[in-house]
Amino acid sequence: MSLMKNILATSALSLSLGLASLASAQDYQPDPNAKSGGNIIVTYKDDVATLDPAIGYDWQNWSMIKSVFDGLMDYVPGTTELRPGLAESYEISEDGTTFTFKLREGVKFHNGREMTAEDVKYSLDRVTTPATQSPGAGFFGSIKGYDAMADGSATSLEGVTVVDPYTVKIELSRPDATFLHVMALNFASVVPKEAVDEYGADFGKHPVGTGAFKLADWTIGQKLVFEKNADYWRPGVPYLDSITFEVGQEPIVALLRLQKGEVDVPGDGIPPAKFNEVMGNPDEAKQVVVGGQLHTGYITLNVEMAPFDKVEVRQAINMAINKDRIVQMINGRATPATQPLPPSMPGYTKDYAGYPFDPAKAKEMLAEAGLPDGFETELYVMNTDPNPRIAQAIQQDLAAIGVKADIKALAQANVIEAGGTPKTAPMIWSGGMAWIADFPDPSNFYGPILGCAGAVEGGWNWSWYCNKDLDAMATEADSITDPAKQDERLQKWSDVYMKVMEDAPWVPVFNENRYTMKSTRMGGADALYVDPVSIPVNYDYVYVTE
Amino acid sequence: MLAYLIRRLIQAALILLGVSFITFFLLFVLPADPVRQIAGRSATPETVANIRHQLGLDQPFVAQYWRYLTGLFQGDMGRSYLQKTEVATLITARLPATLLLMLGAIVAELVMGLTLGIVAAIRRGGALDQSLMITSFVAVSAPQFVVGLLLLYVFAVKLSWFPIGGYGSFSNLVLPALTLGIMGSGWYSRMMRSSMIDVLRSDYIRTARAKGLRRARVLALHAMPNAILPIIAMIGIDIGIFMSGIVVVESVFGWPGIGQLAWQAIQRVDIPIIMGVTLVSACAIVLGNLLADLITPFIDPRIKLR
Repeated sequence: MSLMKNILATSALSLSLGLASLASAQDYQPDPNAKSGGNIIVTYKDDVATLDPAIGYDWQNWSMIKSVFDGLMDYVPGTTELRPGLAESYEISEDGTTFTFKLREGVKFHNGREMTAEDVKYSLDRVTTPATQSPGAGFFGSIKGYDAMADGSATSLEGVTVVDPYTVKIELSRPDATFLHVMALNFASVVPKEAVDEYGADFGKHPVGTGAFKLADWTIGQKLVFEKNADYWRPGVPYLDSITFEVGQEPIVALLRLQKGEVDVPGDGIPPAKFNEVMGNPDEAKQVVVGGQLHTGYITLNVEMAPFDKVEVRQAINMAINKDRIVQMINGRATPATQPLPPSMPGYTKDYAGYPFDPAKAKEMLAEAGLPDGFETELYVMNTDPNPRIAQAIQQDLAAIGVKADIKALAQANVIEAGGTPKTAPMIWSGGMAWIADFPDPSNFYGPILGCAGAVEGGWNWSWYCNKDLDAMATEADSITDPAKQDERLQKWSDVYMKVMEDAPWVPVFNENRYTMKSTRMGGADALYVDPVSIPVNYDYVYVTE
Repeated sequence: MLAYLIRRLIQAALILLGVSFITFFLLFVLPADPVRQIAGRSATPETVANIRHQLGLDQPFVAQYWRYLTGLFQGDMGRSYLQKTEVATLITARLPATLLLMLGAIVAELVMGLTLGIVAAIRRGGALDQSLMITSFVAVSAPQFVVGLLLLYVFAVKLSWFPIGGYGSFSNLVLPALTLGIMGSGWYSRMMRSSMIDVLRSDYIRTARAKGLRRARVLALHAMPNAILPIIAMIGIDIGIFMSGIVVVESVFGWPGIGQLAWQAIQRVDIPIIMGVTLVSACAIVLGNLLADLITPFIDPRIKLR
């Protein structure tokens, strides 16, 4: 009975604070100078794996899928701000567990059929069905009925209901403050059942969505051509008639071709060896847009392996690393980091300076921890430039306080394997595998890489740090779904990361900047070229001037 | 002859079986988990377990290998873990480009190698001979990655004679074929030189000269054809060498062949593709060697196949 009272009291409280909220995000202002038409050429080294939104999960196909498909939610171009997508508006119940989305009417798939609430339900069922093998299925864990889908005992999500053709209701089994971000993930894209049935496992090579572009041609190993969706439901966009993605091109070759005017955007960026040359040439530097990204590069200290089980040792290592020098080594392409969250992420603690670079103090702390002569350890690192060089810098910094680290430079897959195997890798430099957020929310930097859920065999929490109190705090923060209490939620997350820094399972080293190079004829706001969600560029809003 | 052929084909099948077993075994014991490459970093342990189960990667080695082998005999090379497409489709889409590149490389290495070898043989011991032989030594030793980038920079970027990488026309083919052919041309020039020197020393050449034929005519019609013949048989063996070179050359020039495919697959532990490309390459090498052996008796009747 007292429990019942409690629940009533809580819901009454949230009712008074924040009622059902309606979408009111500041939307994107169309560019008055934008011209329609033209084709751009984007190059990549690797093949495009798949355009199936339930499966594609690398930074190359992520933005391509965004342009072919839409989800209920979306982001204002060039920002981390949510805006409604296929949903015209949404309502959240007082307890934060029921989301009712009102769909736009008249939105057509590329095959001409109108998109309805049935398609939304089908798409969510599809992505959570084990047979789909979606790497993102776990994001939908808060939807009621997810567990029954995951263990195969249900074929449809209990929590997703079609109210009418333009209304879909999603019930959650627990409050989830990140749910609207989840609905903006590619994994939540709406797909038409008949097209999935027609192509089966090859849907990823024959994608049909509601997006700004449709796939016109795919020559395996050579190129993909995207063609403008003339019936796109957002008025005025896209500007480009078509986009050609050429694959199999080394970044250095792509740069040479860009300099000759044959390429518009080298998708893999500026090759590190050419970075100074490009930025040192005023004409070429003008073609480069610089922006932040939701990325942190870090060193994990395995708290299950001696001597990293001692917090003093971990703190000492934090003070031993000269982050400024490492940033210099990569030509200043990053900013030294003080904490796990990158500065552009909500919840970042601005007034926290991090551990100072102080080798003398570090040596003292090691002595206090009973290791006056240091110790021997291993540093795992991915074997592509610049990571082995960064590892050497770390090695030298450690040597200065008496810690002798052996560098183990391995292929990416082998480092990931070592990180996820208990008591194997005492230290890992995360470069090349570092965390880039799936969505701009502080919770995304915790669960898999710092929480207990990730500290399991095959997980991504390579420091094996598991603090039950912090896990509880994280759950608490994510139960605050009321938009009016956002600040309180962000403060909670800030507290979580400050506690993490006290325990020091990581050495946060730097936050990488993004450098997107483009041809001189490309137009559109700079923010579109360092879009936090669409990498390398937001294809729907950029245009060409000639 | 027929018995020989049958025996060799059976041998070839056994070799391929061995190659498939060793490759599959190495990929199995590799300390890298393909499932984690597929599942990515946000997957929950249950998602990882689900994918592992769906792909049958939770079964013991023998069961996995047997499943692969039975599929193979039914013409099914499996589906790529990451590209989510039939491996056979990926390989057939890319094989023509690789074959074209190899053909171009064979022409390039023969034209360069034989010409240099003949010139060196004629000028045996002279300064030209010596400098050519040093050049051929450099050609054999130069890393293909360096040669490729150098050619690309000089002839495509600076001089704009050829396109910067790409595929589709003859001009796209020239630089990658040269890069791949340069190493072989080093070998061929040395072999051609010694073969030519042997022939020039033989009695029938002296007889031809003695009966008053002009030197050029003797070289062109009597010496060269005989000197070239033993070299032709080497082309079959070249295919094996090319197979290792295409991975590098195709990457440098953006040539859409199976070498590029293999390189991508190795980095992401995409086992079905690695297996497929390895087997196709092994087939090419085995066939190339077989062809070389079959041609030999036609070239030199003193050799009999038994």
